[in-house]
Amino acid sequence: MARNHSPAELEALRKGILSTRDPHKPLITLCSGSACQASGSKEVAASLEAEIEKQGLSEAVNLRKTGCHGFCERGPIVVIHPEEICYFQIKPEDVPEILSQTIQEKKVVDRLLYTDPVTKEKIVQERDIPFYKYQERLVFGSNGSVDPKNIEDYLAIGGYAALAKALTGMTAEEVLQEVKKANLRGRGGGGFPAGRKWEGTRQAPGDIKYVIVNADEGDPGAYMDRSLLEGNPHAVLEGLTIGAYAVGAREGYIYVRQEYPLAVENVFIAIRQAEEYGLLGENILGTDFDFKVIVHQGAGAFVCGESTALMTALEGRAGEPRPKYIRSNIVGLWGRPSVLNNVETWANVPLIINKGADWFTQYGTESSKGTKIFSLVGKITNTGLVEVPMGTPLRDIIFKIGGGIPGGKKFKAVQTGGPSGGCIPEHLLDLPVGFDELTQAGSMMGSGGMIVLDEDTCMVDVARYFMAFLTDESCGKCVPCREGMRQMLKILTRFTQGQGKEGDIELLEQLSETAIEAALCALGKSSPNPFLSTLKYFREEYEAHVREKRCPALSCKALIAFHIDPDKCQACMMCLRKCPSEAIVGGKNRIHVIDQEKCTKCGTCFEVCPPRFRAVRKTSGEPVPPPIPEEARTIVRESKPK
Amino acid sequence: METERTDQIIDKHHREPSALIQVLLEIQAENHWLPREALERVAERLQVPMTRIQHIATFYKAFSLVPKGKHEIHICVGTACHVRGAQRVLDTVQDLTGIRPGETDLDLKFSLETVNCLGCCALGPVMEIDGKTHGKMAPAQTADVLRNYD
Repeated sequence: MARNHSPAELEALRKGILSTRDPHKPLITLCSGSACQASGSKEVAASLEAEIEKQGLSEAVNLRKTGCHGFCERGPIVVIHPEEICYFQIKPEDVPEILSQTIQEKKVVDRLLYTDPVTKEKIVQERDIPFYKYQERLVFGSNGSVDPKNIEDYLAIGGYAALAKALTGMTAEEVLQEVKKANLRGRGGGGFPAGRKWEGTRQAPGDIKYVIVNADEGDPGAYMDRSLLEGNPHAVLEGLTIGAYAVGAREGYIYVRQEYPLAVENVFIAIRQAEEYGLLGENILGTDFDFKVIVHQGAGAFVCGESTALMTALEGRAGEPRPKYIRSNIVGLWGRPSVLNNVETWANVPLIINKGADWFTQYGTESSKGTKIFSLVGKITNTGLVEVPMGTPLRDIIFKIGGGIPGGKKFKAVQTGGPSGGCIPEHLLDLPVGFDELTQAGSMMGSGGMIVLDEDTCMVDVARYFMAFLTDESCGKCVPCREGMRQMLKILTRFTQGQGKEGDIELLEQLSETAIEAALCALGKSSPNPFLSTLKYFREEYEAHVREKRCPALSCKALIAFHIDPDKCQACMMCLRKCPSEAIVGGKNRIHVIDQEKCTKCGTCFEVCPPRFRAVRKTSGEPVPPPIPEEARTIVRESKPK
Repeated sequence: METERTDQIIDKHHREPSALIQVLLEIQAENHWLPREALERVAERLQVPMTRIQHIATFYKAFSLVPKGKHEIHICVGTACHVRGAQRVLDTVQDLTGIRPGETDLDLKFSLETVNCLGCCALGPVMEIDGKTHGKMAPAQTADVLRNYD
């Protein structure tokens, strides 16, 4: 492919690509993101390829392996175009039927459709499914329609038009002002206005400047950046290149987690293709603007998501943060002015340049503009990635889109903002999501993780979990973080083991205050958040652990016990067979009893006991009833009437 | 690991000291751990002190300074998996293999690590063995899956 020497050539190329694509020809798209691959989409792809060949459809149908569609709960996902028929949870054995029925006969295969959980109606198209219906997929929407390994797919949907517009129709200053006017705030955690960050770098003295993509998405339970980078890498590259033009950078870096192999692979391919097409490299689109992008893989350190630590890691050193008396947009990578934004922030830039700041600001709230992608996970019916306008109430996200809590359980809280965030309880569910709104509620936006917790989740354990995570990830440079968190973790762990003392909660509060005041970087400063927010809304759970040695959610292993209700046990042998520690004694027609000495409290018996018996009981804060005497264990059954 | 192969990796990165982490990652990926001889070679050819290499090799989670077992077990303990019972899966694996996270058994059969989110939250709790994902794990299924590896 020859390089494009001008925006006109790019447009001609785009027309050329579109002219070879018949919009009426059947096209099968298959989600090939990491999550769907884990559910078997690679096998489905192989089956599709073989079956297309076998049924002689090679000329009649196209197959495209796309990025993540977001509805990970129902993966692997297949969409048949142009009718946009959606099939979910596809297995290789479903493939022959899809091809013979839907492609050849134009018939819909009912059993593979989405069934509405309330009306039990079958839904054919994506846009009618509640999970998608209430979303506004400005950034994430293209993921399902482009093959990330093929730049022509991105060009076919108007890709790189924003870059052409910026480079030839706007000055660098105008690009900067447009982003500033859009009030695009950083999607990675802090919510700092990107335009102001860019402006600082643009105005900073020096010829050498850098732009950096932060793809070190470390928050557990958050994977939207991975899905964007995997599924639509050119959108990120285009945004980055526009940013480089605006601030005057000639070199850019993508710092991506090594745990994201598919994202790394697709980014490398995307860079190579963009260079071949003259959209990266020297004299981009025939202008005198040069820009090259280098990929740097992270080696596994949560703190490297912090801007200064990330830059230290890029320099080939251990990623430790430094004090920010001078911001990194003035003195950053190798001491040069450097703009660092996360994947989602960069992916918003082409939209703003294409459609304008006025269009962008019609979405969102007063202080938070545009949309935000959330990763909706945990105790939720529809796990997946969700893009909604800022200002959407949490209740809509969790219940309308997420479909509520599975298994008839009760909603307890939603944890947002990753390990530095907090838990939002039920009475605040009508809170509109936005940077400032979440902070006011004691949590934060963070990168967009949303972990739904139900009544079985212990809030003390959640706080302990995040403290353990952060203690493990602390780089050890400053004392409040290194030592303070270790002590906080010890105390929280004692709570979950039933060894909390009076005064411990107050001690935790003091340690929190010190960390907030004195830690060096955001990781340490925000580390008490999970504790403080759970204490604020669920103080009674802390008190139950400390005073009554009771876990109200029946979750902390040291505080719970299992026993079998002899009146309900039907000696079905289910628990006895499944118990991994052989802690259940009993037999055919012999009521089962749990040997408390051997029981590891794994909960298997509780789960496998047939719901019609419900004989296994889980308790906390009360003594386990003594086992029924040996002689009373035999069940005498009446013979069935003939 | 052969010195020649180490040299190839170093040369691929143009002997740039700033590429140190990238070089170590490639050695780790191929060899599954970082042998001392390889690190000494890297120190010599990139002209970086061994202390800095030690610092990096112990700071980042991707690196191991000891050999790994035949099968690498990763238990996801990300938040979504945690609230869905990842600890029970981890406890079961620990009980059955006798090793704790970060350890390898004496027969070099299993290595066990915990990871902070594999991004397959819909499948949680997730256990990954040699790159293959096993989703929706509970103690009983975990034991069944482990039995298939020898």
